[in-house]
Amino acid sequence: MIEFSSVSKTYPDGTAAVDDFSLVIPPRKTTVLVGSSGCGKTTLLRMINRMVEPTAGTIEIDGESVMDKDPVRLRRGIGYVLQNGGLLPHHTVLDNVTTVLRLERAPRAAARDRAFELLDTVGLDPALAERYPSQLSGGQQQRVGVARALAADPNILLMDEPFGAVDPIVRAELQTETLRLQRELNKTIVFVTHDIDEAFLLGDQVVILSKGADITQIGTPSEIIENPADEFVANFVGIERGTRALHTKRTGSGTVLVDAAGRTQGVLVEDGA
Amino acid sequence: MTWVTSNLDLIGRLSVEHLRQSALPIVLGLLVAVPTGWLAFRFRPTRGLVLGAVGLLYTIPSLALFALLPPLLGISFLSEANLIIALTIYAVAIMTRFVSDALASVEPSVRQAAVAVGYGPWRRFWQVDLPLAGPVVLAGLRVTAVSTISLATVGILIGIDNLGYLFTNGYQRQIVAEILAGVVAVVVIALVVDGLLVLLGRLLMPWTRGRRAA
Repeated sequence: MIEFSSVSKTYPDGTAAVDDFSLVIPPRKTTVLVGSSGCGKTTLLRMINRMVEPTAGTIEIDGESVMDKDPVRLRRGIGYVLQNGGLLPHHTVLDNVTTVLRLERAPRAAARDRAFELLDTVGLDPALAERYPSQLSGGQQQRVGVARALAADPNILLMDEPFGAVDPIVRAELQTETLRLQRELNKTIVFVTHDIDEAFLLGDQVVILSKGADITQIGTPSEIIENPADEFVANFVGIERGTRALHTKRTGSGTVLVDAAGRTQGVLVEDGA
Repeated sequence: MTWVTSNLDLIGRLSVEHLRQSALPIVLGLLVAVPTGWLAFRFRPTRGLVLGAVGLLYTIPSLALFALLPPLLGISFLSEANLIIALTIYAVAIMTRFVSDALASVEPSVRQAAVAVGYGPWRRFWQVDLPLAGPVVLAGLRVTAVSTISLATVGILIGIDNLGYLFTNGYQRQIVAEILAGVVAVVVIALVVDGLLVLLGRLLMPWTRGRRAA
């Protein structure tokens, strides 16, 4: 469990990126922090592994404050997936995946075996092991990034807009993969995105943030869609437009659901019918 | 041309001397420029200071430097050390700016990624920042190498034998072929060293070749 208690981050020039933020992130679930750019969601994520340090409040992992831990050791114990994979361009795929194991001076052969196991886990061809990141597609780089984050088998996985820079088809593929991995591995995932659809797809708990990391609403995707807290959330979620604004239409063979653009999205199955 | 064919062994001997006298300052220049370049890159207050100082060093005429170094360091005016230290100073002057620019050329996102996965500051510098600065450092090293090899010829003015000997001797004896032989030998050495550096770069930085092979 990760717990933020009254956390603030004020920069020396006076801007408050985060103001009095409190949140409990349950273990072995996916929590998605979603909001527009500049809302402080990435700052929150980076506070968990001390890449950003709070100016007030505490962040605890399983009851221990992150400020009491050595930052370098703390980071090695937490998986981190960055936008574009964040791979080291001068290391091969194999060396990128084994980064943390090598930093921890694990035996070479064991690290190598683990890397091939992980390439398999994230669905990458082992033949890519000796390639450099620049020789991979965006989607492949991102999978390597996930494999690297999983290498030391951390309990916590931080994902910072990991699929923001890949095309929509690859993004959908990677999202499905993330769901599959989470079913298999059961990690505590904290995922940051500005894409509300991605948030609803991946999140067990979704936290909608506005400027200054102010929590506008928190809940399961269903709770938020069924009962948006205010106008801002309703707009952000897109309840009154697009594919979420469905109305019924009677046809000769039954009732169907139609979106705002007039496209049929599904068939209404009445309970007990 | 007959002068050249009958003096091949002299040209050969001077070339080897010349190469030895230039190689040391090039290597020393790189070694000194890594910390000074880092200092210029890392801290804003030291940046202007370091880059200003090395810029100034480069403007000191070589003959003046030959006269200044012996009393400062307690070495002989006519010693090889005088030449090598002077050449090293010029090499540091060129390389410091290159190392500083090279470190600045590393993508901030890559540096962030290294921090995120748990590199400590020391290892990050040696294993991430410096290797990724490699291509720009290499570019600087090539400039330094060519410039040092050409500049080394002034050593003859303080009595250090190298290819510069062919210039002064050829001038005094009015042998044009000898002067030309000296010029050609310096150019050949510079080109060979440059080629070797490029080759070394390919060996040490395999990720820079064959981009987009997939």
